[in-house]
Amino acid sequence: MSAMNTELRGTSLREADIREGRALVTEWHPKALYKFDAGIAVGQFLDGLKEGKLLGRKCNASGRVVIPPRMFCEISFQRSDEWVQLANTGTVNTFSVSFVNWDASRRETPQVPAVVDIDGTNPNMGILHLLGEVGETLDEVLQRVKVGMAVEAVWKPAEQREGAITDILYFRPVGGG
Amino acid sequence: MKERVAIVGVGYTSLRAVSPDVSFREMIFEAAVRAYEDAGITPKEVDSVIALGEDYREGTCITDEYVPDQLGVVYKPVQTVTGDGLQALGTAWMLLNTGIADVILLEGHSKASNVLHPAHIEAMALDPVFVRPHGWAPTFVAGLEMQRFCHESGTTPVQAARVVAKNKRNALKNPLAAYPAKIDPEQVLASRPVAEPLTELAIAPPADGAIVLIVANEAGMKRCKGKPVNLDGIGWSSDSCNVHTRTWGKAAYTTQAAERAYALADIKKPADKIDFAEVDDAYSYKELQHLEALGLAPEGQAAKLLEKGTFEPDGDLPVNLSGGSLGCGSLHDASSFRGLLEVVLQLRGQAGERQLAKAKRGLVCSWRGVPTATGAVAILSGR
Repeated sequence: MSAMNTELRGTSLREADIREGRALVTEWHPKALYKFDAGIAVGQFLDGLKEGKLLGRKCNASGRVVIPPRMFCEISFQRSDEWVQLANTGTVNTFSVSFVNWDASRRETPQVPAVVDIDGTNPNMGILHLLGEVGETLDEVLQRVKVGMAVEAVWKPAEQREGAITDILYFRPVGGG
Repeated sequence: MKERVAIVGVGYTSLRAVSPDVSFREMIFEAAVRAYEDAGITPKEVDSVIALGEDYREGTCITDEYVPDQLGVVYKPVQTVTGDGLQALGTAWMLLNTGIADVILLEGHSKASNVLHPAHIEAMALDPVFVRPHGWAPTFVAGLEMQRFCHESGTTPVQAARVVAKNKRNALKNPLAAYPAKIDPEQVLASRPVAEPLTELAIAPPADGAIVLIVANEAGMKRCKGKPVNLDGIGWSSDSCNVHTRTWGKAAYTTQAAERAYALADIKKPADKIDFAEVDDAYSYKELQHLEALGLAPEGQAAKLLEKGTFEPDGDLPVNLSGGSLGCGSLHDASSFRGLLEVVLQLRGQAGERQLAKAKRGLVCSWRGVPTATGAVAILSGR
């Protein structure tokens, strides 16, 4: 960095310059708050979660059963036809082991985000969620979790559900792995 | 124009203050189904897609990634224009002229009701060093502009308020409009002061809604059964948006954009050639300021012509027959799609109660809103 400074006309900033107020710093805390109209499809899906049900939408034209549901089919471009209650089970399509939170802080115990293809969808499609009861360390997770593994949803107790994707706590291996 | 380019399909939802019954995807789907039906094509015939969207207004980043499903265009080229609707149309015009695409779908929507603190979002557009620290709602920029426009042109606030009365009255005949009303200029002036000389009713309120347009070149038109409306000219321009030194009294960006659009359309005397216009009216005075910048009213004369009835539906140059943003509600960057929609309907003879007897050539003039100094102009004609 210091070698570069002799070649550049500007003066590079150090973290201390910002911390100690030697550099121009402006602060603005916008209220970037939004509400998202869930609409027909997502609204119904969230209501289903509250009841402990996974709801999909079927399109008769394309034969697809879609989750998370939408009121139209992006392949046939038709309005989809009916609601279908899907199983609480599925298979792991893909997964990762995450050591970093969204704010870039490190995690001691990793989390396992996964796409779970829900049984009864057509073609196989899934929802992104967490895997649980699959170990505390990278080695343990990699030993227990495999692509194609059968999993089942673990729900919050009914009285704690609020119609959110977090009403499912996580998916765990069927029969405890 | 090198290649003939035309709007061959339009689809839309009604415009409303709130739309809690549908998601933005479901709203866009409705507009898209209508546009395909109108153009007489299926999504298969679309070569490329341009979605209009500002991430900050949507509440998600990469908003274009969220549009293909409801347009039926998964597996197609999609890009976003984070600018004014007419800039998106200009982008489509360029793509159609290269021949890389023959049929293009344009999507614009607003879910303004989902943004809980719009002034906070707009304030992010202000300069963080010199302007934002004052902590004013960005509407003050329009107040400064109106003050100087009135000073230079001799327009009075009550004259500007007549724009509101006219456009809200026009909106009474537009079933899509969110804010039609029968009000008089005195009510506009008596409404709450916001940024002197601007009062609350002189500001276009936001609305939700979706508009989809399908445009094609000669080759693409052969695929479509829709009634084509020709895009004869288009131009856009930006003044310096620096609030210390910008041109406050005049809409210089509009004059420059119009020069480009008139040149493409081979129009030398616009006032003689344009039959009607949909002109940005995000604030009452903007319609008058834009009309002068377009050369459709002599400098300092727009307010007088308004009072003479020139811009009324039965006048020489009807302006904002749709009701404009004041009567329909502002869709932000998609507001110019609403203008295009009105011009297309008029030129096809499909404007219902608002239909003009003789309408051969229409103009759309847009502005990106505060604090920008960017706008665009499009000129369209029937066959």
